[in-house]
Amino acid sequence: MSLIRSKALSFEYIRRDEEGNVEGITRAVDNVSLDVQQGDFVAILGHNGSGKSTLAKHINAILHPTEGTVWVDGMDTSDENNLWQVRQTAGMVFQNPDNQIIGQVVEEDVGFGPENLGVPTPEIWQRVEESLKAVGMSEYRNHSPNKLSGGQKQRVSIAGVIAMHPKCIILDEPTAMLDPSGRKEVIRAARALNDVEKITVILITHYMEEVIYAGKVLVMDKGHIKMQGSPREIFSRVEELKELRLAVPQVTLLAHELKKRGLPIPDGILTTYELTEALMKIKRTEG
Amino acid sequence: MSIIFNHVSKSYDADTQLKTDALKDVSFKIDDGEFVGLIGHTGSGKSTLVQHMNGLLKPTSGEIYVDGKDIADKEYSLKDLRGKVGLVFQYPEHQLFETTVFEDVCYGPKNLGLEKKEVELRAYEALKQVGIEDDYFYQSPFDLSGGQKRRAAIAGVLAMKPEVLILDEPTAGLDPKGREEILELVSRLHRENNITVILVSHSMDDVADYADRILVMDHGKLVYDDTVHEVFKHVKELEEMGLAIPQVTYMMYDIAAKGVDVSTDITTIDEAVEEIMKVWSK
Repeated sequence: MSLIRSKALSFEYIRRDEEGNVEGITRAVDNVSLDVQQGDFVAILGHNGSGKSTLAKHINAILHPTEGTVWVDGMDTSDENNLWQVRQTAGMVFQNPDNQIIGQVVEEDVGFGPENLGVPTPEIWQRVEESLKAVGMSEYRNHSPNKLSGGQKQRVSIAGVIAMHPKCIILDEPTAMLDPSGRKEVIRAARALNDVEKITVILITHYMEEVIYAGKVLVMDKGHIKMQGSPREIFSRVEELKELRLAVPQVTLLAHELKKRGLPIPDGILTTYELTEALMKIKRTEG
Repeated sequence: MSIIFNHVSKSYDADTQLKTDALKDVSFKIDDGEFVGLIGHTGSGKSTLVQHMNGLLKPTSGEIYVDGKDIADKEYSLKDLRGKVGLVFQYPEHQLFETTVFEDVCYGPKNLGLEKKEVELRAYEALKQVGIEDDYFYQSPFDLSGGQKRRAAIAGVLAMKPEVLILDEPTAGLDPKGREEILELVSRLHRENNITVILVSHSMDDVADYADRILVMDHGKLVYDDTVHEVFKHVKELEEMGLAIPQVTYMMYDIAAKGVDVSTDITTIDEAVEEIMKVWSK
């Protein structure tokens, strides 16, 4: 069943001067039709200013389409009456963990969402416990968020969203400010939510390595969806991605370079494991 | 211009129960014209360390010498120091504030007390260096794209003509091409203008590609200070600190684990291509 659907979605930012006169119009999202199924893991790539975040903000009704329609779980996001239901269905996590945490204690922060939804207290605690467990942060439930590492803070932010029992979670560059292990922790948590809890995940990122676990990759450029496919299909198109100011994971690039030098390596290598296997196969057939 | 840290320690809230030791007995020397990478987990003390280099923070104990002079001396001019040691903060574009890009870049040199003509000349040069075209000079900095804003903010520091350029995670939040543009710019400034560069980064791949030497911070201590190749040999230790090694280095370890005789002393794609082609074409 389709959970998120958009039809001919366009969005325009209107720039105004000091007197309020229209200076110009930027079409940030241009005629995007999208269909995300319940349980999908979708990654969105695109250079700065390509419209990724603008698109994402439509999914939980922070922005409303200038033209076209967005449905979340069958609800039209432009209908005021659906607003809270839409936001409860699709939760969002942003780049900077420090801007998203408000509680003095981790469990309090995670409980903030369900509390606002009017969930009865015993159930709030139950949800807090489950959510912290889902992101591997249970042992920190009584800690102050200030003392956590970036990756831990970001996992608390994710727990805060899943405590509202959304069907979908949108992660907008959740790892941009994190160190290598923080990045790993957050991506692992996102994958677990998708695999175990069957939550639909939409991941926006500039780190190509984080995309390889997605079921589907969308590449945006100038507000359009320019490419879509599996990570393997997308990352086989090295040169096209470069033109869109993007890249491929280091291992994919290495495989691409080796292939150019004449080694018979298949396209779309995504992991060090795959490249090692491909290289060993060459050794075996030669030996 | 050399920078020497001599047993520098820094405690925040030193007289309270909340005392945290952000730097613990850190000593090193950075020579003129080096390109140094500074890595460490979040909260390891990297930003605290670099803010000592231009006198924004003062050590609790220990001394810092810039160009052989103790910057804690009463006669020492911190204003001069900040002209010589330029610090580009994280997300520097958040500090853009003037009405035009050009005005914004003028702000730094103007505060150095230079003449208007010199200020404008420097702003012009700096904007050219970072690759911002004339068309954008008189636009609001807020109308620039993410990557352009970042470069405009860096131009603001370059216009001070620093001899040392410190960049605190200059590529965070940028797309791959934007990251490459910033790093290539920094690399060019280092090569052509002989600027000493200190690059704080969470990307092991970037540090491996651009730096000659790496300082590794862990819980306020300087744990490694060595060449790129030497530092990335400490795979286990770096992982335990929340860091990693470049992806290509992992790759070489994987191949070696299969019993192939390849070098694991590889940190960039070019080196890996060369090594694999050498071994595989035997």
